[in-house]
Formats: sequence, C-alpha cells, structure tokens
Amino acid sequence: MITAALAGNPNCGKTTLFNELTGAKQHVGNWPGVTVEKKEGRYKKNDNINILDLPGTYSLSPYSAEETIARDYIVNSKPDIVINIVDATSIERNLYLTMQIAQTGTPMVVALNMMDEVETMGIDINTSKLSEMLGVPVVPIVARSGKGIDRLMEVTRDTAEKSLAPIKHEIYDKIKKIEESKNDEEADIMAADMRYEYIDKVVDKSVFKPDKKNLTKSDKIDKIVTNRVLALPIFAVIMYLLFACTFSENFLFIEGLPSPGVWLAGVVETAWGAATEAVAGVLASAGVSEWLNQLVIDGIMGGIGAVFGFIPLVLVLFVLMSFLEDSGYMARVAFVMDRIFRKFGLSGKSFIPLLMGFGCSVPALTASRTLESEKDRKITMMVTPFMSCGAKLPIYLMFVATLFADSNRTLIIFSIYFLGMAIAIISSLILNKFMFKSENSGFIMELPKYRIPSLKSVAIHAWDKVKGFAIKAGTIILFSTILIWFLSNFNMSGMCDMEESFLATIGNAIAWIFTPLGFNDWRASVGVVTGWIAKENIVATFGQLFAGVTDETAIEAIMAGEQSLPEIGDVFTKVSAFSYMAFNLLCMPCFAAVGAMRREFGSMKWTLKAVAFQMVTAYVVALIINVVGNIIF
Amino acid sequence: MYLLDLKDGESKKVVSINAEYAMKKRLIDMGITRGTVLTKVKTAPLGDPIEIKLRGYDLTLRKDEAAKIVME
Repeated sequence: MITAALAGNPNCGKTTLFNELTGAKQHVGNWPGVTVEKKEGRYKKNDNINILDLPGTYSLSPYSAEETIARDYIVNSKPDIVINIVDATSIERNLYLTMQIAQTGTPMVVALNMMDEVETMGIDINTSKLSEMLGVPVVPIVARSGKGIDRLMEVTRDTAEKSLAPIKHEIYDKIKKIEESKNDEEADIMAADMRYEYIDKVVDKSVFKPDKKNLTKSDKIDKIVTNRVLALPIFAVIMYLLFACTFSENFLFIEGLPSPGVWLAGVVETAWGAATEAVAGVLASAGVSEWLNQLVIDGIMGGIGAVFGFIPLVLVLFVLMSFLEDSGYMARVAFVMDRIFRKFGLSGKSFIPLLMGFGCSVPALTASRTLESEKDRKITMMVTPFMSCGAKLPIYLMFVATLFADSNRTLIIFSIYFLGMAIAIISSLILNKFMFKSENSGFIMELPKYRIPSLKSVAIHAWDKVKGFAIKAGTIILFSTILIWFLSNFNMSGMCDMEESFLATIGNAIAWIFTPLGFNDWRASVGVVTGWIAKENIVATFGQLFAGVTDETAIEAIMAGEQSLPEIGDVFTKVSAFSYMAFNLLCMPCFAAVGAMRREFGSMKWTLKAVAFQMVTAYVVALIINVVGNIIF
Repeated sequence: MYLLDLKDGESKKVVSINAEYAMKKRLIDMGITRGTVLTKVKTAPLGDPIEIKLRGYDLTLRKDEAAKIVME
C-alpha cells in the first residue's frame, strides 16, 4: 500500500486533481482539533494507492493551522510520496513550496497543472530542464480534463516504490545549513530569500514568456468586477441572488415562485409527509400501542424529517458557494468587504455566513468553511446564530400581535433584528480580544485568476457536504428530537399531556432562573426548550399551554401575526416580552444548527463552548433589557 | 518611497520590508523579496486594501502592510 499526500498552494487545482484521482471513493473528516477539512480516498484505478489531501498552503512555515498540519504531516507522518501540485500560470510562487518539500527529503513528484492555460498565454515550459534543476520528476497535467493524470500516477508509483528521494542539489544543503546554523528569525528570512533567488534562476532557464504583455481574460473580468464604481452594485446583486436562490418564496420578485432551495425543500417535505402517513397506516393496521405509534411518528419520523428538511437548503447554498469559491469571486468578496469587517475583527468573507444567517443558520454555518483563518472561522460560527433566522420571526409576530398591537409593530420587529446584528458585532469584538488574544495576522491574500468552475468538482463538494451534514448533524438532531418528544409526552405514570409531562416539571423547576429576566413562568421555560427543536415551536407550545389551542390553522394564524394570543398577556409585560424575544434570539440555536456547528467545528468541545457562550450572552442581554426596560417604562 | 505611494499601474522594485518577523516572513513566503518587481493594480472600492501584481499573480494586502514595504 502506498500513501500519497497531495500538497500545493490554495487555488492550484489540488481539489480538482483529488476528485479526479479518487472519484466518489473519498472520506471527508476534520484534522484533529481544528476546523480544517481532512480528505482521504483510494486512487480509482489502483486500490493500493491511498491519497490524502493536505490543506492548501503557500509554505511550510508553521503559522496558520493549515501550514502546521501540512508541515507536521510531511515531516512526522512520512508519507511514501508527496504529489506537489504546481499552478504553472504562477509558477514562481508555487515553486517556493516545492523547494521546501524537496528539502525535507521526502520522495516527491511535481504535477505541473493548468498546462492548457499556460499554452493559451503563449508561455513555453521546458519540463525536463525544470525537473533537472529541482531534482524531482515533473509531469505536466491538466487536472480539470484529466490529461496527463495516468502518467502522473505511473511516475508516482515508480518513485514511491523505489523510495527515490529528491536529488540533493547543493542549493538544498546550503539553505538547510543556514537554517540549522543559526536557527533564528534572521536565518529563516535569509533561507526564504535564497529559495526565491534559486527559483528566479530555474524560471529563467525553463520558462519562456512572450515579450508583449496582453491583458489576460481574468484581468479584463477583474477590471469590471472590482471596478471602483461597479464593484459594490455587482456585489449586492450577487449577494441578493445567493440569498434569494436559497430562501426566497417570491423568487426574483415573482409572487409565489419558489426559489430552487425552497422548491426542493417543499418536495422533500411532501415526500416525507407521504412516507410518514404510509408508516402511520402500517402502524395502525398492526394495532400498535399509542405510545409506540407516537414514538415512531412524532419522535423518529419527525426527527429524521427535520434532518431531511434542511438538506435542500444546505445543498443549494453549498452548490452556489462552491461556484463562487471555484470561480475566484469569493476572494473578491473579501477584497471588497475587508475594510468594514476588519473593524469587527472578522474577515470580509464573514459577510456571507452572516447574511445567510437571516435565512437559516444551518446552511449559513456550513458556509463559514471558506474563511481562511481558524480564528475567523470559529468566531463567525459562534456569532452567526445571532442573526435572526426565518424561524424566529413567528415568535416576534405572536408577541407583536398580542402585546404591541398599539405600538409601531415594524419598529419592534426591526429592533429585534438590529439587536441580533449589534450583539454579533460586539461579541466578535469581545471574542477577538479575550478568547483568541487577537493574533493580528494582517490581510495578505491571493486574488486567484477567474476560472469557470468544473461542474464535477461542484457536484462532489456539494455531495460531501450533504453527507457530512446528514451524518454528523443528523445524529444530534434525531437524538434531541426524540429526547424532547419523550420529555413532553411522558411522566412517571406513562403518557400524558404536555401540562403534566416531565418537561412541565422541568419547566417549573427552572422557571426561577428566568425571574431576573422578567418571565418566571413554567410555560415560558418550556417554550425555550421546545424552541430548541425548532424556534417556531415556541408559538405552538404557547398556543397549547396558555390557551389550549392545538388546531393547526389557529396556530398558523398566530405564527403569521394575524391572530393574537391574549392569554400570554397574563404573564408577559411589554418589557418582559421583549426580553423573552431577545433571549430566544440569542440563546442556543435549534438542534439542527448545533449539529451544523458540531460538523464544522469538528469538535464537541468547541461546539459546547459556542453554545455556552450563546447562553451566557442571551442571559446577560435579556437581563439588561428587563432591568433597563423596567426603569424606563 | 513605499509600496503605498505607488500609483495605479506603476511598477517598482522592492528594497526591503520594515515589518515584524511574522508579517515579514509571510510577505516573503508570498514572493515579495528584494528586487522583486511589484505593480500596483488598484485600490478596493472602499479605499482599502490594495491589489498588486507580482511574479505573475495578483495579491491583496492592506495599506498598513503596504506602508512597510520600501520600494526603489
């Protein structure tokens, strides 16, 4: 068995090559302890070659999580061979990593990618000269079309089987000596300088560029897309489309036309409804007991249905995200938005997850994957659920219709949305300062060339994402749905109504915690808990517990704010209602979002940290609202 | 003069980098070494960061960083 590690710069076509090599036979996980994705798979034409995709890095300097992983893996885990993918269109910078890998003495082969683009640009590369000067085999390929890949893998197998280390050119020894002799910062920088000096020589002897310089197609696109005047309008349109395609019920402003995401979600929901009914029919004819019937229908089928319901949103958003990422536009999002977001200690790319958070946190959290730094990813994930998602709106509408009927309703709802944004900003500032001790890494980012994304790559990406979500998030969602179902339908003597259930007992027992927030009532506490299954459940729970309303149409009318629920006025004042809305906005998001966090953090510890942070934030903010509100009003 | 002072479309060679170690290393890793020709392409629509071209690719960095790169 041969283990081959793929190493290369970001945007060099590494993922495309990985997909081309492994096909659908891949396994996606996380590197231990970090939010960096780890992909492994077997070479589709030879089961004896295991391929590991290292994170994309520009160097092996141990600064970012990605670089440390790549370095540690190559140096300590000693793969049989490293396949170093080099983007031939920016060969100079790519060869820097090549020289660092060659210096480790690990057997390696260079896959010189994007040879088709190089030809179009009129550049000629002498690969045998390149190979001679680097001391490693070089194979030209076009990863996107699969050209040259068979030969690459032949050379890879050969080199690995013979354990052919890179030829020890003088230059590698010289650099190594300098690094080892002083082993300080100055030596490090000297070594880096020497590498580029040598690369200049290599390129001079092996790469021949045409004299006249034409603007490339990519340059021309960029002239429009990040143009001083047009950049922001283009950005706004793309962001609108991204949001609308995923969440809109009146797509492209056409009344009643569902967006691809909403349409697909509807299809899945209908299909699942039919499946549930079929199961119910089978259970009824088998004459099973009431509790078993409910366990299967409400608990298990309901829980799985919740997972399935989110898959279309994750799928559609992720297809669009991969498209933006692979086309090169995502880097421009950061370029355009950096000025604003750096003030909050975030990356310009945080804009997308935060914007998507207004629709649904679940796909929004999966979108945070595109952020470069571990710190930015973690902070963005922790604050994304503060954006008021679609499921929280019915809660506000219920309170507004009942308690704020005489106030400016729009203003009340707007103020809740605004509160979420403000808390997200304040939180990221605080997290930056205290939790991550702000390592100011600056902002130095490649703006990759614009390319048409390959559909195959996008499809494989999206499939991975959906699978990962269904498994990792799915277990959390299913388990918690069944647990809450059990708590709200049972007590010590068996099945019962919610009023007498374990959940009611728990609600009574914990209600005192909320006294300082202004709502000491068991029904309010139960609402918080059922809200974790899905936030809009709070409305149904209130309808049932306060007024005995269980009729679906009546609940829907309350959710839409068309009908008030006067009974909640016995417990809530305007101030405590606002505090309750704020608490549910900010506290732990629904289990589906927690599952998505678990999937993206790749660690239960970080997921729990994030949830704890959200709970504390919710409590503090609701407390302030209640105290200050009661002084003013 | 500094990279920050370059006009759009102007090209100059790098003399040195006056940044602390981590930043300097990062910039050098990306290919900004002594003698490298940098071309300023443009400034972002909101006034920061800037885009430069070097070694056949495009790089963006903030004005804070551009103020630390000494040019010929």
